[in-house]
Amino acid sequence: MAEIIELTLPSRIESVDQAALEAERFAESAGLDEEFRSAIDMAVRESVANAVKHGNKFDETKQVEIKFSKLPEGFEVIVRDFGPGFDVDEIPDPTDPDNLLKASGRGILFMRAFMDEVEWSNHESGGLVVKMLKKQ
Amino acid sequence: MADITISERQAGDVTILDLSGKVTIGEGSVALRTAIRRLLGDGKNKILMNLGGVGYIDSSGIGELVSSFTAVNKEGGTLKLLNLTQKIQDLLAITKLLTVFDVFDSEADALASYE
Repeated sequence: MAEIIELTLPSRIESVDQAALEAERFAESAGLDEEFRSAIDMAVRESVANAVKHGNKFDETKQVEIKFSKLPEGFEVIVRDFGPGFDVDEIPDPTDPDNLLKASGRGILFMRAFMDEVEWSNHESGGLVVKMLKKQ
Repeated sequence: MADITISERQAGDVTILDLSGKVTIGEGSVALRTAIRRLLGDGKNKILMNLGGVGYIDSSGIGELVSSFTAVNKEGGTLKLLNLTQKIQDLLAITKLLTVFDVFDSEADALASYE
């Protein structure tokens, strides 16, 4: 079984399904159970959707780089876009009563809810990187 | 094949939307938005959304549920949810939206609540 899979996908909605499918295959071949794979699926979908939509803003000349790694401590997902980046602390809390009826802004909440570690950083060559770990 | 199927039934003045498939970013969310707009355009503003057949929903789909809720409220109507899967219930709990939506396990109870 491969321990690492790297993908480069175009900035379109279909890439979300494609990334999730690759993650599912990889996680299944790694023998991870359904609940674990379901968490990975959610995190991959939300992070790739964010990269396509908010990072690259659907600009198909920009790619989304994705890396899945089966590590001794768990399953790692890294997603990089080529957008201007953002400060995650500036994203309003979607569970705040004032924000409950907003139509968007819940993707990061789901990523944090389903993964054990989630961190964002600006790539030295540009773009935003989100690194997530689901521990085993 | 489409990711989502939305069928419409009428029970008195309540319109029941039976959803099946995926409510996710892109096609699924757009289809739901279109269905709600059409109902509101037809003056149907008592809507019961049956999510029993929805196998997958993402943050965009949850956002579309919220948009539907606010759009129906704005028209003086009521949107309620029926038959949440455990997964959807978990997501609505994480987002604290269980405090926003009226949720039912029984269609009869849901319909009675509109009377």
